[in-house]
Amino acid sequence: MPTVGTVHKATLFVLCLVPFVRLLVLGGLDRLGANPVEFVTRSTGTWTLVLVCATLAVSPLRRLTGISALLRLRRMLGLFAFAYGCLHLSTYVWFDQWFDWAAIGADIVKRPFIFAGFAAWLAMLPLALTSTDAMMRRLGRRWGLLHRAVYGVAVLGVLHLWWHKAGKNDLFEPLVYAIVVALLLAWRMRARFGPAGAYRGSRRSSA
Amino acid sequence: MPKRHFRADDLLPSEITPRHVFEQRRRLLKSAAAGLAFAPGVDALAQGAGAQKLPGRQSGLSTMEKTTPYKDVVSYNNFYEFGTEKDDPARNAHTLKTRPWTVKVEGEVLKPREFDIDELLTLAPLEERIYRLRCVEGWSMVIPWVGVPLSELIRRVEPTGNAKYVEFVTLADRAQMPGLSSPVLSWPYVEGLRIDEANHPLTLLTMGLYGEVLPKQSGAPVRIVVPWKYGFKSGKSIVRIRFVEKQPITSWNRAAPQEYGFYSNVNPDVSHPRWSQATERRIGEDGFLQRKRKTLMFNGYGEQVASLYAGMDLKRFF
Repeated sequence: MPTVGTVHKATLFVLCLVPFVRLLVLGGLDRLGANPVEFVTRSTGTWTLVLVCATLAVSPLRRLTGISALLRLRRMLGLFAFAYGCLHLSTYVWFDQWFDWAAIGADIVKRPFIFAGFAAWLAMLPLALTSTDAMMRRLGRRWGLLHRAVYGVAVLGVLHLWWHKAGKNDLFEPLVYAIVVALLLAWRMRARFGPAGAYRGSRRSSA
Repeated sequence: MPKRHFRADDLLPSEITPRHVFEQRRRLLKSAAAGLAFAPGVDALAQGAGAQKLPGRQSGLSTMEKTTPYKDVVSYNNFYEFGTEKDDPARNAHTLKTRPWTVKVEGEVLKPREFDIDELLTLAPLEERIYRLRCVEGWSMVIPWVGVPLSELIRRVEPTGNAKYVEFVTLADRAQMPGLSSPVLSWPYVEGLRIDEANHPLTLLTMGLYGEVLPKQSGAPVRIVVPWKYGFKSGKSIVRIRFVEKQPITSWNRAAPQEYGFYSNVNPDVSHPRWSQATERRIGEDGFLQRKRKTLMFNGYGEQVASLYAGMDLKRFF
């Protein structure tokens, strides 16, 4: 049975850094296009959502492949999702709004898509803070309950993109993410509540 | 008369813009891009090279502000007929056939007729108009357009007393415009103005950009430019102009009436439901090094156009 070791973790770490390094390189070459702030905002937002989906995909993948060690990559994916979320939010706060807290506050209250994005980031915060082994031990069973908030993060993230894109009348991209998140959530519902639950079924086949 | 500072030389404003800097940089970029996997825009920008010259004489209606670099003007814009992303038009508009081209003018006019593009180019002496352009999405540019006042065309067809509005229809040809296969808007794209707005000296029938024939992605071969309204009010690649009695149902107004009104004058006090219109990012200037700037009422053209809307509640007629 394959195991997930330091090499796998290091590879994933480098892979997760690629989008960030790409932005640095493009920035250095003045290749971020006519609207660099928009480019960076979109790119970091996209990768946040992709990494949230990847984090959610670990469990199903583990069940499908039988490689339970995959679970050991999940924390890194989640933390990278949070890191890109922080980059996304700080690009908005710094370079879009230039720390105009009144305007930011008004944006969060008045505009549903900003509200959803901010709420998603806020929901990720406690998950990142409790991601250490020590916190896992300390919280025990409650840790699992708390970390179910990641489903909410995914839904809020899709809503954020959906409401943003609604202004362009082009919902293709958010639709793709909505379908992916819906499938990932549906898989969990089936695993939890289904009579022939995917959990038990796949466990048998991988045993 | 609008205020105008005296210019010491008679150079075309486009000649003192960093066009040559752009060209130089483009060559550098091309070589750099050879080693890069991702090189968006490079091919599209090549279209601008070797374009036919189309100079226009200076106009007192031009702004003295720094113009937006050519490469940004032609690589970042909305033209949904070629895709909804802002780099789509530059990438996809090469399929547009801009010649032969005619514009049918009809409706409430005494002399309906078709204008050939060559005739439009000689309606009146071409002028270079350096205008601010404010997109409803919150970004702006300063663009040297080349064209003639739309009133020159209107005068020739002699509108009747029933002509209260003017409707502008964009080409809708699936063979040339890949974006039409997407249902994001109802095609063809329709825009409209009140007749007095259409006749306003600022409203430009536009055939050129930066002293050259309009690039395809910018709405070639002929488009409208209405500088005090959000950019989407300025229809591109126009094939039909209709004079009508009733207010036209415009494409964006039909798609989302609560978000895009018929007037759509630039107004920092009326927010779009999803974002504020109080500020804007000037492309090529505001970004990582400089904060966004305040948006001006009527995009800074209030002195010339505010009287058109005297007594109107602009929050209601947004």
